[in-house]
Amino acid sequence: MLEIKNLHARIAEDGKEILRGVNLTVNAGEVHAIMGPNGSGKSTLSYILAGKDDYEITEGEILFNGENLLELGPDERAAAGVFLAFQYPIEIPGVATMEFLKTAMNAQRRARGETEMTIPAFMKAVKEKAADLKVSMDMLKRPLNVGFSGGEKKRAEILQMSLLEPKLCVLDETDSGLDIDALRIVSEGVNKLRSPERSMIVITHYQRLLDHIVPDVVHVMSRGRIVKTGGADLALELEKSGYADYVEDAAA
Amino acid sequence: MPAVQETIDQVKAIDVDQYKYGFVTDIESERGAKGLTEETVRFISAKKNEPEWMTEWRLEALRRFKTMDEPTWARVHYPKIDFDELYYYAAPKSVEGPKSIDEVDPELLATYEKLGIPLREQEILAGIKPENRVAVDAVFDSVSVVTTFKEELKKAGVIFCSISEALREYPDLVKKYLGSVVPVTDNFYATLNSAVFSDGSFVYVPEGVRCPMELSTYFRINEQNTGQFERTLIIADKGAYVSYLEGCTAPQRDENQLHAAVVELVALDDAEIKYSTVQNWFPGDAQGKGGIYNFVTKRGDCRGKNSKISWTQVETGSAITWKYPSCILRGDNSRGEFYSIAVSNGYQQVDSGTKMIHLGKNTSSRIISKGISAGRSQNTYRGLVSAHRKASNARNFTQCDSLLIGQDCGAHTVPYIESKNSTATFEHEATTSKISDDQMFYCQQRGMSDEEAVALIVNGFVKDVIQQLPMEFAVEAQKLISISLEGSVG
Repeated sequence: MLEIKNLHARIAEDGKEILRGVNLTVNAGEVHAIMGPNGSGKSTLSYILAGKDDYEITEGEILFNGENLLELGPDERAAAGVFLAFQYPIEIPGVATMEFLKTAMNAQRRARGETEMTIPAFMKAVKEKAADLKVSMDMLKRPLNVGFSGGEKKRAEILQMSLLEPKLCVLDETDSGLDIDALRIVSEGVNKLRSPERSMIVITHYQRLLDHIVPDVVHVMSRGRIVKTGGADLALELEKSGYADYVEDAAA
Repeated sequence: MPAVQETIDQVKAIDVDQYKYGFVTDIESERGAKGLTEETVRFISAKKNEPEWMTEWRLEALRRFKTMDEPTWARVHYPKIDFDELYYYAAPKSVEGPKSIDEVDPELLATYEKLGIPLREQEILAGIKPENRVAVDAVFDSVSVVTTFKEELKKAGVIFCSISEALREYPDLVKKYLGSVVPVTDNFYATLNSAVFSDGSFVYVPEGVRCPMELSTYFRINEQNTGQFERTLIIADKGAYVSYLEGCTAPQRDENQLHAAVVELVALDDAEIKYSTVQNWFPGDAQGKGGIYNFVTKRGDCRGKNSKISWTQVETGSAITWKYPSCILRGDNSRGEFYSIAVSNGYQQVDSGTKMIHLGKNTSSRIISKGISAGRSQNTYRGLVSAHRKASNARNFTQCDSLLIGQDCGAHTVPYIESKNSTATFEHEATTSKISDDQMFYCQQRGMSDEEAVALIVNGFVKDVIQQLPMEFAVEAQKLISISLEGSVG
């Protein structure tokens, strides 16, 4: 599904190097967690996967189902099946959540050469998925993310993810700003999307999210590299010992 | 990245061709003599078979105009207009006075069809519910070509015809109201218009009548080097209601064309007038060459108590827009509204806004203005809210939002607030925002192209105003705004 080979990247504006040789292979159906201290490059990696143009790739490549992902624009990547659940979802004033969903959905369908969804079919799909995530009709009528609580924002992200049915889901600190109940609802929504054809990259600081979304593989990232890879138990180990060992390893 | 390249290609492809209405109609036309002289004024007046008092009225305006100076206070820049190099009258040769639709030159009908305005009543009737019908007065250069649904409106007592026809058929009504809202001497362009106006629409809705359908006038400038000076007069008698729409387009030409209109609205006791404009004059090309100079005076007089006038405008065209649809709130408890979306792209210059003049007691007004600037355009909101000495309990709410797209455009807000009555309550809110890179990236990550993302964000920004437009025009306006902003990011 996804193959990242020796990826080096820096911030376009000031040339600061953030990724220093990331190697990562995610097969179809797998859920990978990426953990690591602040500033290790986790969020940058997620932005680069989605195609944000604040970064310059200096070396390496990203293959998505054999295709060179770096040659595609962000909207083309979305149509190809890459979805990023934002750590800080962006407000779109005046645009009802429902309208945003429909525009996004139909944009992707057009890009893939499919017909646009009929309004009844779309409404049915939204209502079903919204109910699972406890997203009310009232919330769907409000402008996207404007005045949403932290929990509402994250639920709206997962709602978009479940409607757009991406092939690769990248979740950037989806647990931040969530209370325990919201964490459960969001995690259930994510787990529902696990399937043999879909891969996920879950970026988080904390083990608690991984209690709900149990990963197949856990990576530790530090200073722009993946420094350790293991099973779900690696996350538990980290929870006890912290990142100190890895930070030093990377520095050495 | 290819997406960016694609955008650049798209921008190149649409720069000049994005204006869909830029075609020229090849039709034999009769023009008056060049230049602004007494002879020109007499020629126009004679062409229209106007009564003597009207000719005098025009000549008085011309004499006055010769003593006036062009205003320079607006934030717009353009080379001085040589009024003696212009033609003031042009009419398709085949049009001599009002005609039935079967006599109208097929070339003209085809032009309006191309613009999406069918003029044959039977075609309009096909497939449209009676309540959704729109009566159209089609003005081509200096003359009204045809007015639809006249007979049906007459049954309801509503007069809807060209102003030339009104001058002949209903001289008393015209004489009573013409110039009563915008006096002959009001301002440079209004005075010019008073001297040389050639056509426009006239509406009279009698006491207690709710006009049974939407009325609209569709203005088209075709001829070269010709100014269009139309005059619209709408009167809603006591307790009457009318909703009126105005649309405008022009061919794509290299030189600038002048459009100086005057619109007067009169609302008597308990009457309501809703006036909507979708202005789509040719804005000029990518280098800022050509385009319409749009200097327009629009004013409504809430003359009677409890009357209401509401202006809604969507401005996407013109090289220069100088326009301040205003309300004089004379009657007690009268209400004025101004909802505006002004979009500027390329090298367009917009200086637009409103005036709410509170004279009567308990009068209220509301201003919602949304300016969107892209490209190298400059977009200014200029508005006056004033309460006179006797306007006790006057209330105004103003919201003035600007949205910037790109690095090279400007948004300016110039509000004037004057209150001479201590019981007046005026509120003013203003915001300026930019479409952020984060918003763009977020929308693109969900699958939208640059242009789709801008269209979505802009539509969210203008939603409050779009909601004020009649349904069928709301959809058209939304599309128009998207087209006007095509190529504004990249």
